[in-house]
Amino acid sequence: MTAAEIGRGLRAGKFTSVEVTRHFLERIDRAGKALNAFITVTPERAMEAARRADASIARGEGGPLTGVPLAHKDIFCTEGVLTSAGSRMLSNFVAPYDATVVGRLAAAGMVMLGKTNMDEFAMGSSNENSWYGPVRNPWDGTKVPGGSSGGSAAAVAARLAPVATGTDTGGSIRQPAALTGLTGLKPTYGRVSRYGMIAFASSLDQAGVLAQSAEDAALVLAAMAGHDPRDSTSVGVAVPDYAAGLGRTVKGLRIGVIGEFFGAGLEQGTGSAVREALEGFRAMGAAIVELSLPNLPLSVPTYYVVAPAECSSNLSRFDGVRFGHRCADPRDLQDLYKRSRGEGFGAEVKRRIMTGTYVLSAGYYDAYYLKAQKVRSLINADFRRAFSEVDVLMGPTTPTPAFAIGAKVDDPVTMYLNDIYTIGANLAGLPAVSVPCGLVDGLPVGLQIIGPHFAEERLLAAAHAWQRETEWHRKLPPLFA
Amino acid sequence: MTLTRRDVEGIAHLARLAIADAEMPVYAGSLSRILGFIDQLSAAATDGVEPMAHPLENQLQPLRDDLVTETDQRDRYQRNAPAVEAGLYLVPKVIE
Repeated sequence: MTAAEIGRGLRAGKFTSVEVTRHFLERIDRAGKALNAFITVTPERAMEAARRADASIARGEGGPLTGVPLAHKDIFCTEGVLTSAGSRMLSNFVAPYDATVVGRLAAAGMVMLGKTNMDEFAMGSSNENSWYGPVRNPWDGTKVPGGSSGGSAAAVAARLAPVATGTDTGGSIRQPAALTGLTGLKPTYGRVSRYGMIAFASSLDQAGVLAQSAEDAALVLAAMAGHDPRDSTSVGVAVPDYAAGLGRTVKGLRIGVIGEFFGAGLEQGTGSAVREALEGFRAMGAAIVELSLPNLPLSVPTYYVVAPAECSSNLSRFDGVRFGHRCADPRDLQDLYKRSRGEGFGAEVKRRIMTGTYVLSAGYYDAYYLKAQKVRSLINADFRRAFSEVDVLMGPTTPTPAFAIGAKVDDPVTMYLNDIYTIGANLAGLPAVSVPCGLVDGLPVGLQIIGPHFAEERLLAAAHAWQRETEWHRKLPPLFA
Repeated sequence: MTLTRRDVEGIAHLARLAIADAEMPVYAGSLSRILGFIDQLSAAATDGVEPMAHPLENQLQPLRDDLVTETDQRDRYQRNAPAVEAGLYLVPKVIE
């Protein structure tokens, strides 16, 4: 059942939030360990929130999400609950406050089941970089679920939670959504508050949703989004009623197909599934326009200058003094900093901090960082030109379906190329959604829809139209059906 | 772009990261590979292009009234600190 269906059932009195919450807690209990989807489960809290939700439903109060359970990516601070960001560094960090996203979804009556596993500090595309171990893909336990929001993706795909939050810096919502058969929405940069969301790369990070349907993503986004006085980068643009906009037709919608997304690296079955989906949109009355965004192939190298540079600055706060891991018996202050950080961070995080330190260091700043920011302008201009001709852009979310655990861990650059189709939207701050559009050898494939700034309504309406015509989003991993 | 062990030591020092001796060649290898990959940016024609630092244009920094809005919660926040005494964070002696 989708989150929207659970909400309707609760308000119709078909079942209670306590029953629904118990159902999901039992599923987590049975399957959670094998998938390693959760870092922390919070059953007592969940049951208490469920009882409160039932009481408010009984009084005729609450909204479409009241009493509906959810899981939060362990990057969002949750007061009184371990908030680890998948890192040894924060494996002892009990957040002293709630992230705005957590607070707003609780205020909407949602019931938190627990905190999901993730690549350490959201750095990764396979969820193999977690201090808490890799997450397994519910469709095939030998495969990765994608990352960095891999725990959220596995949890929703296996129906251990009806919906989950995620964050997306270079594809970390859309890529795992594609690899696990979910609808994954990364909103416009600044659409959702990042207060209490542990920072990775501040000009790129954005919070979003991993859901079973576009309708669920619309409901949860509406509850999360909007300006927050505690995050000055959250934008004061009014939040539309996304669910009300779902019925918009795709007839006459101008869809740009990005030629650069159908190059040599695209696995054949994935390409065919996406092409078929585009034909589906044409059949629904949309116009398909082939487009070129010539600078887009530079998005991955651009990202791997900008994101590490920002991460090296953001992660300097982990000093072994105020919170987080501290090494034993430091000789002096420098030793305390170096060993606490050396022990607290995993290999990929260290690699990115060092890459960032290098590209920002004296003598290299212009050649790397400034250069990357200029290329970022070119990529942004490509998108701007495209959106003067079309309403949305479409293409694959990932070059291949889920790959084997361990297959790409030895070469960081091969791993980075998993995000080749998703990173562009982050660099330009654009909203984008991945929706299921097929199966290749039993593994899900995602269609990506990218829109102009603040066009979430348009993306969700297109995704919803697709989901009214198809059943891909209703397919369950056979082991969890 | 090939980084030497000395380069990695220098970067690790700037980043305040202790790297074990045995790991040095591993990082030298993977960082060299990453720098080689991002080096393809050097071929992009960017003369006269303005650098882009932020994805949204025309966003003004919102300002609020200059009033006290946060209360003192030091003790609550310091519960996560590895070592505190009398409300102060403890570190090894820094002045001899």
